Amino acid sequence: MASGAKVQERQYQGRVHEGSRQLMSAWMAELGRAEAEGRPTGAIMISGNCVELLRACHVLPMFPEVTALQNAIRHKSLPLILKAEQAGYSSDNCAYVKADIGLFLDGGMGPGKPIPFPTITVCNYVGCNVYVKWFEHLADISGSKLFMLDVPFARTPEPTEQDVRYVVSQLEELIALCESVTSHRFDIDELREILGYAARAEDGYARCKHLCKSRPAPFDAYFDAINMMGPINVLRGTREAAEFFDEAVPEFEGLVAQGLGPLTEERFRTVVEGPPPYPYYRNFRNLFTRWGAVSVASTYSTVGGIWEWGFRHDPRRPLESIAEQMLRENLTNRSIVARYGQIKRYVEEWEADALVIHSIKSCRLFSAGQGDMREYFTRELGVPTLLVESDLEDPRYYAEAQLRNRIDAFFESLEHKKLVAAAH
Amino acid sequence: MIFGAGVDVGSTQTKAVIVDGARRIVARALIATGANVTRAGENAFVQACEEAGLPREAVGYVVGTGYGRYKVTFGDTQITEITCHARGAQSLFPRTRTVIDMGGQDTKAIKVGPDGSVLDFSMNDKCAAGTGRFLSAAADVTGVGLDEIGPLSLQAKSPVRLTSVCTVFVESDIMSYLAQRKTVEDILGGVHKAIATRTMSLVRRVGVEDEVTFTGGVSRNVGMVRTLEVVLGRPINVSDEGHYMGALGAALFALERAQAAASADPVAVAGRH
Repeated sequence: MASGAKVQERQYQGRVHEGSRQLMSAWMAELGRAEAEGRPTGAIMISGNCVELLRACHVLPMFPEVTALQNAIRHKSLPLILKAEQAGYSSDNCAYVKADIGLFLDGGMGPGKPIPFPTITVCNYVGCNVYVKWFEHLADISGSKLFMLDVPFARTPEPTEQDVRYVVSQLEELIALCESVTSHRFDIDELREILGYAARAEDGYARCKHLCKSRPAPFDAYFDAINMMGPINVLRGTREAAEFFDEAVPEFEGLVAQGLGPLTEERFRTVVEGPPPYPYYRNFRNLFTRWGAVSVASTYSTVGGIWEWGFRHDPRRPLESIAEQMLRENLTNRSIVARYGQIKRYVEEWEADALVIHSIKSCRLFSAGQGDMREYFTRELGVPTLLVESDLEDPRYYAEAQLRNRIDAFFESLEHKKLVAAAH
Repeated sequence: MIFGAGVDVGSTQTKAVIVDGARRIVARALIATGANVTRAGENAFVQACEEAGLPREAVGYVVGTGYGRYKVTFGDTQITEITCHARGAQSLFPRTRTVIDMGGQDTKAIKVGPDGSVLDFSMNDKCAAGTGRFLSAAADVTGVGLDEIGPLSLQAKSPVRLTSVCTVFVESDIMSYLAQRKTVEDILGGVHKAIATRTMSLVRRVGVEDEVTFTGGVSRNVGMVRTLEVVLGRPINVSDEGHYMGALGAALFALERAQAAASADPVAVAGRH
């Protein structure tokens, strides 16, 4: 049982959350109008995405993963998943996929629907073979042109020259495809301008995250970071996203100056790995809030790009820097050992007490190896590590009693360690 | 005299233990949990008080544990059964460094520090295969009483191999073996072996270190004890209090807090787990 006064969320009074909501609502409204306005759209994956290039080509980006998670947060995902399973998708299949296909089957995607069919489907390979099949299905359903953008796995610390050239050549092919569907001639200077905005947003996001090294952290780098993931992943390259982070940084700096965090008391600092259970986002968060546990860093908040260590898109090398980001600053394109290194840095530099791994039942890519990760951090590095499992999209895999039991036992143990350490 | 009580509300059974200031168990109670979890906790506590001959006010502190711990509304605090089993096991076997707790629907492997604190733990997820429920299903299908399946399993000459990982599907497996005229002993031997094998994979995640203490309702099953010893390759500690281990650990925490409150020691009140 947590000792001391009951910990609660501090009443939030900033602009970041509302600002993000407005920006994302505006983007969704654009998508809703795209068909009527004759505006080409392009479906693309979050990880290692070239959203800036699509914008430069005047293609409105769509993110099926984001649509899926929004449905999950609104508790609308299960009927869609069931529709997909009735159509033959396996119960073991990624729930994001089923929610998206289910959306089409349910009449929520397509001509005249809130989510339009994509004009092009850009399958930027994020190391997940399931996602490849997903986008093949999406292209088949929608009749959109499917573009496979192969991004080789990071096999060396730095991408090879050949890998960069390989990806750049595909980006050039993508430009040609976009020109054919938009009748808009690609302008490299427009891309440079967009990359300038992207770099500004990346810088702001990184600065926000580094502020979480403060005690207390000004925001939860897992549960609150989700509010910033829309602007940084979906809207990266827009002036609005750059301005969003221009405002976010001073807001969080102000909280640091006042010694305020998201909770009334920060008792434990955690690093979190894995996406959240969106259908039970609030419930899951509460399981940690009661222990005063604040995430000071997370890998999921880097799923659209790792900006903490200084990489920025470079308008002087537009296509090359896009390729480098897709190859190297792409969480899912890196090895499990590289992820260990990223988490280890978070634990050390952000001075975290523990690692929490939320494993996704229906995911083979992101969740593969997390059992080994737990062993490595616990036994090799001596970092207390909790591994729990549910699902990011399917509410059927969330068992609150089991999760609460594990989380409570873990923080009981951590609390005891702190008491013993304080007594010595 | 100061008393502390632990109430362990599990999925199938609720246990209560009262300890005195010398940490001796003065009362135990065990009832079926049923549908009303709060009432089960209350009834178990009242029964334990009656056995101890104590008015409930004499108990200085009550700790609720188990899945239903938050429904022990008369309790002073809640502590998970993981922490309580570790503490309870260490109190009876001070050299305990690994606890295997097998209950109705949970199996836990707990790595324990010298002071009974939890260093690490691992639990079954999503499935009750490898738990007491698995044994109950086997007992039902073979028509053998739960108290008999353990001794019978030790008489197996050629334990069957159970391929199913599902507690429900194992019933079909067993019926199939019965149709093949396999002996009940061999079938039950196979059931125990399957559970022990699944348990080992849990235990290995936290690492096996001597001494190993087996707790939970299934620890009364002599067949499970022997099979685990074979699979682990070492003797394991078992206590007659195994079924009450969670409640005992909770009672010991309760006693400490009651004593701390009595001595007005704020650090102690904050709770040593």
